[in-house]
Amino acid sequence: MWIPGASLLTKFLLPSPLLVMANPFTEYYIVETQPGSNSLLIRVVGDGGSISKGKICSLKARAVLIDMEEGVVNEILQGPLRDVFDSKQLITDISGSGNNWAVGHKVFGSRYQEEILEKLRKSAEHCDCLQCFFVIHSMGGGTGSGLGTYLLKVLEDEFPEVYRFVTSVYPSGEDDVITSPYNSILAMKELNEHADCVLPIDNQSLFDIISKIDLVVNSGKLGTTIKPKSLVTSSAGTFKKWQEKPFDAMNNIVANLLLSLTSSARFEGSLNMDLNEISMNLVPFPQLHYLVSSLTPLYTLADVNVPPRRLDQMFSDAFSKDHQLIRADPKHSLYLACALMVRGNVQISDLRRNIERLKPSLRFVSWNQEGWKTSLCSVPPVGHSHSLLALANNTCVKPTFVELRERFLRLYKKKAHLHHYLQIEGMEESCFTEAESSLSALIREYNQLDATKSRPVEDLPRLSVAV
Amino acid sequence: MSIVTVQLGQCGNQIGFEVFDALFIDSHCPQRLSSKRENEAYQASCKERFFSEEENGVPIARAVLVDMEPKVINQTLSKAAQSGRWKYGQHSSFCQKQGSGNNWAYGYSVHGPRHEESIRNLIQKEVEKCDSLSGFFIIMSMAGGTGSGLGAFVTQNLQDQYSNSLKMNQIIWPYGTGEVIVQNYNSILTLSHLYRSSDALLVHENDAVHKICAKLMNIKQISFSDINQVLAHQLGSVFQPTYSAEGSFHYRRNPLGDLMENLVPHPEFKMLGVRNIPQMSENSLAYSTFTWAGLLKHLRQMLISNAKMEEGIDWQIRPPLPGLPSLSKMSLNKELHFNTSIANLLILRGKDVHSADLEGFKDPALYTSWLEPVNAFNVWRTQRAFSKYEKSAALVSNSQFLVKPLDMIVGKAWNMFASKAYVHQYTKFGIEEEDFLDSFALLEQVVASYCTL
Repeated sequence: MWIPGASLLTKFLLPSPLLVMANPFTEYYIVETQPGSNSLLIRVVGDGGSISKGKICSLKARAVLIDMEEGVVNEILQGPLRDVFDSKQLITDISGSGNNWAVGHKVFGSRYQEEILEKLRKSAEHCDCLQCFFVIHSMGGGTGSGLGTYLLKVLEDEFPEVYRFVTSVYPSGEDDVITSPYNSILAMKELNEHADCVLPIDNQSLFDIISKIDLVVNSGKLGTTIKPKSLVTSSAGTFKKWQEKPFDAMNNIVANLLLSLTSSARFEGSLNMDLNEISMNLVPFPQLHYLVSSLTPLYTLADVNVPPRRLDQMFSDAFSKDHQLIRADPKHSLYLACALMVRGNVQISDLRRNIERLKPSLRFVSWNQEGWKTSLCSVPPVGHSHSLLALANNTCVKPTFVELRERFLRLYKKKAHLHHYLQIEGMEESCFTEAESSLSALIREYNQLDATKSRPVEDLPRLSVAV
Repeated sequence: MSIVTVQLGQCGNQIGFEVFDALFIDSHCPQRLSSKRENEAYQASCKERFFSEEENGVPIARAVLVDMEPKVINQTLSKAAQSGRWKYGQHSSFCQKQGSGNNWAYGYSVHGPRHEESIRNLIQKEVEKCDSLSGFFIIMSMAGGTGSGLGAFVTQNLQDQYSNSLKMNQIIWPYGTGEVIVQNYNSILTLSHLYRSSDALLVHENDAVHKICAKLMNIKQISFSDINQVLAHQLGSVFQPTYSAEGSFHYRRNPLGDLMENLVPHPEFKMLGVRNIPQMSENSLAYSTFTWAGLLKHLRQMLISNAKMEEGIDWQIRPPLPGLPSLSKMSLNKELHFNTSIANLLILRGKDVHSADLEGFKDPALYTSWLEPVNAFNVWRTQRAFSKYEKSAALVSNSQFLVKPLDMIVGKAWNMFASKAYVHQYTKFGIEEEDFLDSFALLEQVVASYCTL
C-alpha cells in the first residue's frame, strides 16, 4: 500500500494531452507520501540519472493509463516516473480518436471493453478497500471525452458501490478543436448520468492562475523566490519556463487539486474528511453534482517562497473569482453547499472565525443556510505552512454549461462535421438531441434555483403535536 | 462498580482519550488538603471505576474504541501509550477502512448490522473484566456518520444485551454553523433513536465549550484538543469519586445509577447538561481565591439564566414570584427566559465543602411543580479537591436548557427535509422518509414537553 493509512483510490488517467498531468501529480504523491525521506524526495525528480531505482520500484501507482495514441503514454513511461507506473496497466492504440467522441465511445469502447474490465479488476484486487475511482480526462477531444465517459458506465456496472469522481477539463472559448462542442455535450450527458461528482476545470482559468503566480514571482515584491534545491524541481523548473510549456504548470494545479482533495483521507487531522463525505455533503440532489473548486494560496501551486501572509487572506481568496479553476463567480451566484478543506497549522477557531466573517457576503439556498462542510488536516503541502481547497456546489457553474450549449447549437444548426459522427455505428441524430436536452434540463434546474435567490427565507410550518 | 466506556467515531475517540487522561491526572494529583488515606481511597475508587488491572504497572482504560476508519484510533492508541501514564487495551479497538461518509443511514443500517458481532464481543470482553458493572458511558457526536449512526445502533444493541445495566450517552452537539452540511439530519435521527434506547443523554455543545475556551481560558487559537480538554474536565468533575452517604472514605459505588435516579425521574425528560465553576487558565488560577458563597451564587444564576459559563451572566433574570397559577407562571417564565429545572444535582469538591450554603438551590421556584425540591435537588459533597481547583462545583441539571438549540436543529432539518435535499443519500441505505417523519414527531414532542414545564 503506498498511500498511508486508509482507503484507496484507483486513478484512471486518460486523455492526451492531459496524460502529462500524471507526472506532476504522482511526483507530489510520492513527495507527500514520505516526508522527510530525503533520498526519495531529492532523487525523484528532474535529475534523471540519479534515480534510486530500488526505492521507486517499491511504489506503484494505482492507475490505469488509457490513450488511443501512443505518444503521451510512451513519454511517461520513459520519463523519471517510469517505474511508478505498472506497464501492464496500460491500454493504448495507435490511430487515435480523431477528436471524435463517437470513435472514442462507440468504436474503442466496445473494442476495449474486455481489456478495460480486466485491468480494472486487477487494480481492484490490489486494494484492501476500494473506495473510489478518479477519472481524469478532457471533454473536448475524442479519447478522453468518448472512451473516458464509456469507462464511467463500465465502472458503474462493475463496481456500483464505488464512488466515481471525475475531473473534467472543459474546452475554453478559443479551443482549437472545432468539434469540441459536440464532444463536450455528448460527454456531458454521460457525466450527468454516471458520475457521482464532477470537478469541472477549464484551461483558460488555469492559464490565468499561472500568469498571476508569474506576476507575483517576477515582480520581485515581497522577497519571493523560487526555492533553491527545491524538492520538486521539475515543477519549479517548469514554472520558470512556463511560457514554453504552459501545460505542465497548468496540470500541476490540477494535481494539487487532487492532492488536497485526498489529503484528509491520507493524513491525520483533528477533523477528518473522507472522499465519500464529499458526495454526501455536497450533492443535495443526484443531478446537481458539479463542484467548482479553488485553491489558495496561489503560491502553493508553484514552488515559490513567499513569506506567510495573513491566514485570513487565504480564506477570502478562496471565494474570489480569480482563484476558481473554471470561469465562475461564486460570490454573486447561489450556493447550494460549500466545503472548506484546510491543510496545515490551522485550528477550528481560525476556520470558524473566517466562516463567520465571509458568510454575510455569500448567498446560500434557503434550505441550506449553514451549508458548510469543513475539514482540518494537520499535514500541509510540502514546503508550505497551510493551504485551502474550497469546493462549491454553486449556480455559478451554469454559464459554462450555457456557453457550451450555445457553441453546440451554432455547429449543430449547420450540421457541420456531423457526418463524421453519424457514420459511426450506433450514432444517430437522436444521440445529439438527447444530449442537448439532458444539458438543457440541467441548466433549467440551476435557473430554478437562481430564481429563489432573492426570495426571503421563510421558516416552514412545523409538525404540531398534542401536549 | 465499574463503568465501561464506548468511544465511537473521530469525536468519540478524541474526547475519550482526553477524559481518561483527565481522570488519571486528577487522581494522581498531589493533594495538600486531603489526608493520605482519603487520597488513596479516591485513587482506588477512580481506578476501579475507569481502569483495570495493570500489566507492568500501567493501568488500562476500561474502554472499547470503535471507528470505521483507522487513522483516529491509531492516533488515540499511540497517544495513550506514549503518555506513559495509562493506556488502552491491546485488543480493545475495532476499525474498518472506509468510514461512514457522514451518512447516518450508512452508520446505522450498513455498519451496524455488519459489525454487530465484532463490536458486541469487544464490549463483552471489557464487561467481563469488571467485578461489577455500573453501566455504559457512550461517547459520540451527532453530526457525523459513525458516532451518530453506528452509535445509535450500538446503544440499541446494548439495551437488548444488557437490559439491566444503565446507559448514558455523552453527546456532542455540533456548532450551529456547520461542521457537516447534513448535521441536522444526522442529529435528529440520532436523538430520536437514542431517546428510545438510552437512559440519559448528557449533552455538550461545541459552541458553549468554544466560548469557554475563548473567554475563560483565554486561548487564542482554539483547537479541538483544547475543546476536548475542557469537556474532559467537566466530565471528570462529575464522574470522579464522591463520598457516599456514609461519609468520608466511603466513595459512592454506583455513580451512574445514583445520577440517573436523581436526575431522570421521568422517561420523557432525558436531556442533561453540565455546568462547572470555576473554569480558568492556570495563570489566572494563581491569582484567584474563591468562596463557596460566590461560586454557588454564580452557579445558581447560570442555571436559571441558562448561561454556560460564569462570564456574561444575565443577572436580571429572576425566578418568578410564588403563588401564581401554573399556566401564567409558565408563560411568564418563557417571557423572562427563565430556565426551569426538573432536577438538579450539585457536586461540590474541595476545602470546607460542608460549609457551603445551598438554600438557593432548594427554592421551589426553580423547579417544575410536579416534583418537590427535596426530591428534585441533591448534593454530593467531597472533601478531596478536583484537579487544580481548591474549591469547585459541578451542576448536572435536567432543565429546559436544550429547548432552544433542539428547536433550532429540528427547524433547520425540517426546512431542508421539505425541499427533499440530501434525502436520496439516506434512502439509498434504507432510511426512508417515514423514518425522518417519525424522528421529527418524536422530537417535536420532546420540545413541547420541555416547553410546558
